[in-house]
Amino acid sequence: MAKASSDIEKLKSKIGVEWQPREYEIEREMIRRFARAVGDPNPLWQDGAIAPPTFILAIGFEHFVDDLMFLVPFNTVLMGGTELECYQPIRLGDVITTIFKISNLRERQGKMGRMAFMTFDSSYMNQKRELVAKCRQMIIGY
Amino acid sequence: MTEQLYYQDVAVGGEITPMVKQPTTMQLVMWVGASGDYNPIHYDKDFAQSRGLSGVIVPGQLIGAFLGQLMTDWIGEQGALRKLSCSYKGMSYPGEAVTCKGKVTKKYVQNGEHFVECSLWAENPKGEKTASGKAMVILPSRG
Repeated sequence: MAKASSDIEKLKSKIGVEWQPREYEIEREMIRRFARAVGDPNPLWQDGAIAPPTFILAIGFEHFVDDLMFLVPFNTVLMGGTELECYQPIRLGDVITTIFKISNLRERQGKMGRMAFMTFDSSYMNQKRELVAKCRQMIIGY
Repeated sequence: MTEQLYYQDVAVGGEITPMVKQPTTMQLVMWVGASGDYNPIHYDKDFAQSRGLSGVIVPGQLIGAFLGQLMTDWIGEQGALRKLSCSYKGMSYPGEAVTCKGKVTKKYVQNGEHFVECSLWAENPKGEKTASGKAMVILPSRG
């Protein structure tokens, strides 16, 4: 990893600290475009009223990666794994608040240099302040 | 839509009908746009190669979404996918088939709800597992 170890230390110091929450209003085309991208013709999501459970992976992901790359400008990141828990479906018009935090980080020497193995936990709350989902992502940065 | 699956229809060891996906570079771009995962390793071959990959790779989370589809297709409208985990073990490349498979590992009733657990995986055309995971679903019960 060509990154200054001070960046990694900065990220380590944030373990357990929640990042700034972000809000996303769920629109019909977001759901339909997601189902089309997966190639999922299930009639349940075709009208964009209910989202497939894995739609959660798309909520706020782009800003999460921006936040991560701002902290540590990795050359690239790879997804190592995903654990999703869904408590209720996400529906059209929901306003979802995401909160991300880093919960673990270890470093290892790999073929591309130093690699950071990171675990991130995120929670997803709707406009009624109900927890609709939780997600854990294992991400490798180098 | 297919017939609703009930808790009583499921047996431990039973297989879930496999689902075959044929991701193309176009599908990768659609996924990038829909998911907000703009990592160039999914659409820029030169970039991917400069990062030590042999070419653009299918996003792990898209494979996760395929496994999610395998489950939601299986459990039907009245089923609920409660947990889905997936760990990405190998690279998948556009143009290669991704075969999603699953098997029932456990079934039980808890607090009046009917739970089924499954092991899931995705295979490349050589039959190697490129991802593996688990799912927990709630199914409706007959009577």
